[in-house]
Amino acid sequence: MSDPLRSALAVLPEYLSQHVLLSAAALALGVALSVPLLIAARHSARLRWPVLAAASLIQTVPSIALLALFYPLLLGLSRLTGRLFGVRFQALGFLPSLLALTLYSILPILRNGVTAVVSLDPAIVQAAHGVGMTSRQRLWRVELPLAAPMLMAGLRTSAVWVIGTATLATSVGQTTLGNYIFTGLQLANWVWVLFGCGAAVALALVTDQLLALIAFGLAHRRPRLAWLGLCLLVAGVAAAAAVPLTGSRRAGFVVGAKNFTEQYILAALISSRLRAEGYPVTERTGLGSRLAFQALAANELSVYVDYTGTVWHDDLHHSSDPPRAKLLSELRTELRRRYGIVLLGPLGYENAYVLAMRRRRAAALGIRTVADLARFAPRFALGGDLEFFARPVWHDLKRRYGLHFRALRQYEPAFMYHALMSGAVNVIAAFSSDGRIAEDHLVLLKDPLHVIPPYDAVILLSPRAARNPALRRALEPLINHIPIGLMRHANFLVDRRNDKRTPRQAARWLAHAAHLR
Amino acid sequence: MIALRGVCKTFDGGASYAVRDVSLEVPARTFVAIVGDSGSGKTTLLKTINRLIEPEAGEVYINGEPVRSVAPHELRRRIGYVFQGVGLFPHLSIAQNIGITPRLAGWPEEAIRARVEELIDLVRLPRTFLTRRPAELSGGQRQRVGIARALAARPAIVLMDEPFGALDPVTRDGLGTECRRLHESMRLTTVMVTHDILEAVLLADRICVMRRGRVVADGEPHELLAGHPDPAVRTLMDMPRRQAERVRALLEERAARE
Ligand SMILES: Nc1ncnc2c1ncn2[C@@H]1O[C@H](COP(=O)(O)OP(=O)(O)O)[C@@H](O)[C@H]1O
Ligand SMILES: [Mg+2]
Repeated sequence: MSDPLRSALAVLPEYLSQHVLLSAAALALGVALSVPLLIAARHSARLRWPVLAAASLIQTVPSIALLALFYPLLLGLSRLTGRLFGVRFQALGFLPSLLALTLYSILPILRNGVTAVVSLDPAIVQAAHGVGMTSRQRLWRVELPLAAPMLMAGLRTSAVWVIGTATLATSVGQTTLGNYIFTGLQLANWVWVLFGCGAAVALALVTDQLLALIAFGLAHRRPRLAWLGLCLLVAGVAAAAAVPLTGSRRAGFVVGAKNFTEQYILAALISSRLRAEGYPVTERTGLGSRLAFQALAANELSVYVDYTGTVWHDDLHHSSDPPRAKLLSELRTELRRRYGIVLLGPLGYENAYVLAMRRRRAAALGIRTVADLARFAPRFALGGDLEFFARPVWHDLKRRYGLHFRALRQYEPAFMYHALMSGAVNVIAAFSSDGRIAEDHLVLLKDPLHVIPPYDAVILLSPRAARNPALRRALEPLINHIPIGLMRHANFLVDRRNDKRTPRQAARWLAHAAHLR
Repeated sequence: MIALRGVCKTFDGGASYAVRDVSLEVPARTFVAIVGDSGSGKTTLLKTINRLIEPEAGEVYINGEPVRSVAPHELRRRIGYVFQGVGLFPHLSIAQNIGITPRLAGWPEEAIRARVEELIDLVRLPRTFLTRRPAELSGGQRQRVGIARALAARPAIVLMDEPFGALDPVTRDGLGTECRRLHESMRLTTVMVTHDILEAVLLADRICVMRRGRVVADGEPHELLAGHPDPAVRTLMDMPRRQAERVRALLEERAARE
């Protein structure tokens, strides 16, 4: 068996069980919400219209945005309950995913249910009155049983949507089958991407068929079949609930990683050091940049690696550009003062944005610096990651060097390099520690005006984690011990097209090569 | 037994009346037929009796008590209703359909089962039908079940809205006779809406003719057949007699030829 396949199978119980539990909870909640709504709205056109319109509106919000929007909302709510009642809850992971998916599950159930109830044969409704049924008896004995086939069809649609959309919950820190897809995309590990898609499709198909079995049993008065389907569904959820989570969720540390290779490697490195000290560790990988910082401030992550320039500009919203050493010290004091976050120290390398071109092309045109590039920019397309064009550094580059590109294109980092090599773009905003720079023979353009701020990689500890001296002891040996060359090579081990290593293997290589104690 | 006093019903805020100022007395154990053109207000009038429709004005009494003083579902459990479109519940078995009102009224299961078997015999259907669904029955069989359902909770009053409207003539005739038999044996008070004047003449003790929401004639069949001041009622009542005379003439003609 190939290595990526074996590593995929190893985490399948955890990913699958988490996916099943999340989807089942969202569906159950969706049914619990939509059926009362349906009952309330069934005889009232005035209520039906706004309810259906609201449900449809929710459906049009892109799922990934809905998921991301729930995090700050819940975080604010958690702060509020913390202040009012002294109780805070986990705003990252399960809860925002559950809420977003629940909202998604409502529409198909509600719409099918309303259609079924509205289109009931009036002769039968009349008969229900005529034989002396009360409103409640009409509902339970006539309306719901007759609407059941349509309702079941709606539930099946819902189930398939929810299971598919649940893969996106990875981006708010909930482990699902989406972890295969997100991680696979970041690390250009196509086996994982396919595995994740396949697993999600299989899960959706199986669930759909079991629901179909229940519907068939109900429609054809074969209660045994309906029970069989229900029991199998419940057994599946129960089995998922029985799968032990890797590492206890409460007691141990939570190591975060944003969504690119280096972050996965550093998270693996940090985790292995904490585990070696005997701590249970959970990894939350593939997080959005801002989300990781907020989660750290809220103690939902214990530790992750960020970059001085990113935190300074994007999280603390400064527009000044202090020199490297000053930035580090000001950042340290401000993080401590405003958030209680502890900047443990720099790892010893920078991962700055840097404009890069193919070496031969740059040489042919005589481009060595960003200033040289400005002349050619109107004929060029520039590729950036999903966040680059929204960052202050891009606006500064544009303004100071007078850059005007023919086109700007956004990519997942893995695809950005492909785009450059295939000629879809001529220049990319690469990352200086990226392994693909060497692999693809790229040349990094110099920044003579020093527009690009320093991006020293630093270890950040959450307020709570910082109080643990053993954690600090375990991580302090990393400080200033990771030179750029080693980090670049570790990234290269994972990103290269042949003989790819897993982030964990690269972390092991890095620990060895850097002579870490 | 049933009394209607000045009952009015409009569906369009008073621009027109489906039932206009109808007063009617139906003594206990009589069989009354309401006849009239389509749209003359027969169904609407019938539904005011068990509150499927609430009149704008007037009052309906049962045994001297206004029906408005009784909760609608309680009232309806005491009055059998046979619907124009039958309206059997498609998801319930024949036994469950027949036993629905006793079940709603909270009869014990044993009593419901016994009553259901009694009724299926009474409407002359095989007991093997009890486990079937309505879709597995013919139109006539379904209407027999509809009648059994209406009678299940031992009502004293049965309302029937064109119960045989969609049936073939032979089935229709048989079921009509059946209804009259049940009316006698169960000592019912029956109000039956029909647009078939012959059926009314043959089954009812009394016939009410409706036109544009009003009762324009009310009497025993032989009285109405003997003549009526309203020319439209005369034409209507002439129909069964003319048909009967034509049939007799045909038969005599054939007998003479032979
Ligand atoms: N639910 C209703 N809404 C509006 N108009 C109605 C309704 N039911 C009956 N009508 C009108 O009332 C009149 C009498 O109807 P109905 O009692 O059904 O007549 P019949 O049973 O004699 O054919 C008709 O003009 C019909 O269009
Ligand atoms: Mg009618």
